[in-house]
Amino acid sequence: MRTVENALGMEIPLNAQYIRNMIMGAHATHDHIVHFYHLAALDWVDIVSALKADPRAVARLGEKLSPWPHNTYQEIKANQDKLKTFVGSGQLGVYASGYWGHPAMKLSPDVNMLAAHHYLQALEYQREINRVVAVLGSKTPHIQNVAVGGVANAINPDSPDVLNTERLFYIKSIIDKVDDFVENVLLVDTAAVGAFYADWTKYGAGVMNYLSVPDMPMDTKGTVFELPGGYIPDGDISKFTAIKSYQDPFFRDNVKESIKHSWYDGDWDKHPFEEDTVPKYTDFQDKGKYSWVKSPTFRGKPAQVGPLANVLCMYAAGHGPTKKYVDKTLATVSALAGAKVGVGALHSTIGRIAARSVRCAVLFDTLKNQWKALMDNIEKGDMRTFNRPTFPKGEQRGFGFHEAPRGALSHWIVIKDGVTKNYQAVVPSTWNAGPRNSQDAMGPYEASLIGNPVAVPEKPLEVLRTVHSFDPCLACAIHLFDKEHDEIVRVKAV
Amino acid sequence: MKDGFEGLPDLSGGPGERLLARGVSRRDFLKVCTGIAAAMGLPLGMGAQIAEAVTNPKRPPVIWLSAQECTGCTESLLRTNHPTLEKLILELISLDYHETLNAGAGKQCEEALKKSMQENKGKYILVVDGSIPVKDGGIYCKIGGKTVLSLLEEQGSQAAAVIAIGSCSSWGGMPSAYPNPTGATPVHAIFKEKGIKTPVVNIPGCPPNGYNFLSTVLYLLTFKKLPQLDEEGRPKFAYGRLIHDNCERRPHFDAGRFALEFGDDGHRKGYCLYKLGCKGPETYNNCPTLLYNDAGSQAWPVGTGHPCFGCSENKVGFNIPLHTPAVLKDVTPPVNFPGIVEDKGKGVTVAGAAIAAGVAGAAIGVAAATSKNLGKKDKDKGKSDPESKES
Repeated sequence: MRTVENALGMEIPLNAQYIRNMIMGAHATHDHIVHFYHLAALDWVDIVSALKADPRAVARLGEKLSPWPHNTYQEIKANQDKLKTFVGSGQLGVYASGYWGHPAMKLSPDVNMLAAHHYLQALEYQREINRVVAVLGSKTPHIQNVAVGGVANAINPDSPDVLNTERLFYIKSIIDKVDDFVENVLLVDTAAVGAFYADWTKYGAGVMNYLSVPDMPMDTKGTVFELPGGYIPDGDISKFTAIKSYQDPFFRDNVKESIKHSWYDGDWDKHPFEEDTVPKYTDFQDKGKYSWVKSPTFRGKPAQVGPLANVLCMYAAGHGPTKKYVDKTLATVSALAGAKVGVGALHSTIGRIAARSVRCAVLFDTLKNQWKALMDNIEKGDMRTFNRPTFPKGEQRGFGFHEAPRGALSHWIVIKDGVTKNYQAVVPSTWNAGPRNSQDAMGPYEASLIGNPVAVPEKPLEVLRTVHSFDPCLACAIHLFDKEHDEIVRVKAV
Repeated sequence: MKDGFEGLPDLSGGPGERLLARGVSRRDFLKVCTGIAAAMGLPLGMGAQIAEAVTNPKRPPVIWLSAQECTGCTESLLRTNHPTLEKLILELISLDYHETLNAGAGKQCEEALKKSMQENKGKYILVVDGSIPVKDGGIYCKIGGKTVLSLLEEQGSQAAAVIAIGSCSSWGGMPSAYPNPTGATPVHAIFKEKGIKTPVVNIPGCPPNGYNFLSTVLYLLTFKKLPQLDEEGRPKFAYGRLIHDNCERRPHFDAGRFALEFGDDGHRKGYCLYKLGCKGPETYNNCPTLLYNDAGSQAWPVGTGHPCFGCSENKVGFNIPLHTPAVLKDVTPPVNFPGIVEDKGKGVTVAGAAIAAGVAGAAIGVAAATSKNLGKKDKDKGKSDPESKES
């Protein structure tokens, strides 16, 4: 939508911006909760060990770590019993393949049980916050309320059938119900995992050029944003350059993609407006083509995108809520680890996970702000949600970006006489999972695995930790090779 | 496809039962289970519990194969409340393989898959999300070095039943849209070509309402048979009626009250979206009655003010442009509906138009209901032109 709107030079009504922003805020809150607890935590938390925990000791530990009121002995015991019954059934299902008892699993049974307890509780909270997306977006996943020029939601406090007072306050009640789960459970758990696995601050940095885009537009043109974004080269946050608007040439002119090592016809570096996508499969070639993913670059270099890039850029831009949650997380980690842990520790596998929780807390706060901004604007009497697009003759080019849960997402369009002539999407997991580029420089996944420890080669849990820390949005096939280039193991990360 | 499937294999019974039936002594079996428990580092006494559980009726095994998909179908299950995902996989079924949810990866997952397929041959339910690419030998989707086409043949031929979740596995979905670069093909078409007889239930939607999938699973577990299916292999309890026939905005259609643009007066009064291209009149689904995500009223596309685009309907979703008016299945509307607001001094008054349209609409409504009651359905009339691709 933003891409076409950019090509047509459109402005978007404020209400439409706020509604879109609320959907993004609620969706990201859900997405980050699910990623940590349900798609990454079991790389660090041993569910089988949790069965040996003493629920009373777990409750005491929970009370020590956080003011969260649902860490009672009764609640923890009930969840432990549920897990015991499940494991006792002998049918472990999707958990049968887990790395229980692996030497890299270091948490005590009590810590494991507290995390397992929150694993189950988190399912309920991610469901809850997602209802905001359903009310505004029609359903989730795959919302259906957005339109070029605004949103399809109609606002009318005097109609029974559209977005009215009851619906708007239903959203507020959902936000209130989720309340402090993010700050007092998710943020605390990731800090605890970080502290107990402090050695993982040394692994997985990989590519340290960070790219993120500003989001949560607060005006009709896309020049004022609640959340900043930009570019940090070489891991040096003092070199941060902000991306300032939806029209900023600093972003528009510096993105390219290479297909030297990708299964597409040709070998080039091209700007998305000029690219094509013509499949040419060759199977795996060590020195040739080996991936369906293209290799994006920013200013000619690979860049890491995602919550870590976003948090570092917002931190560098002096964004208050980001500083607050980063400092709080680092303070918790330092207290638990018994040593001072600074911002530099974020350039790592475990730092990437911590940054995702920080971003989740920031986005949840943003959601509350956006709800208030929408209500204030409606109170002023502005009910507009849509501006009609018109497609002129001739050629228009447009780009649109969004700071998605997995990082900077951009779409690029060339329109000719009202018809799409070229469309390219440069998505977050392409930035991170891309193969070597035209200069043979590695992308973030590949670079982050250099020096990553592997205790048991046939059970490469540690590799999963680093790859999962990016929150991959693809069923990607990762191939590990030893020095002799014999394939030793295949890992499927999702 | 006929309604229901007789002779669906018994889904109960497990490896423990079979071991005991083969003469393995209960004592030896208990020893094995205690060994398993010790190897897993479980507390003392859990070996006996495992032994008991393994000899008791098992949770029915389910294997989930992901082809060319976006994980939206899986995501839809993260949002359900009755039952929840945790209730489903911890208490109701044994989800033995699912790429997104597997705790392990690579070799460990493939071993778990192989084990479940061997132990439950002919008894497991296979769920498939995503379309199957067949072009160029199927190289556009591979898992563990094998094409998903070959995996579907292998896993599908040994399953008790297949649930094709989502439009992609039901009829091709988004990846099959013109020009269909990967040769995206639905499960039932692959089965037909390969002569695989395993019954297939289609649960189309992008993604489908999680409850339409869950209710199919619960139907199977409760009644030990497949639900009644329509000609497209879809459960009648979910896809038995047009969206248009259950839509809360239907009275506005019948009365000739339409939204003409997002945010206009009619749109802000909740009028019918037919003129914005709503495909409710040619899409069979229960969206307006079931709603999505347990989020209360209006939680479905038409409810929020956006026309249905027929995401679940073959040859409609991803095929016909969003704002192209729907083909009406049972009746043809008057050529010209009255506008919502006419400029002063021109044409009919709003009230006059509404009354006229109301009379015409009531007649149309009755005609539609009658032809439905008689079971008359003009199928060809409902088919859209396959050549009309979005350019």
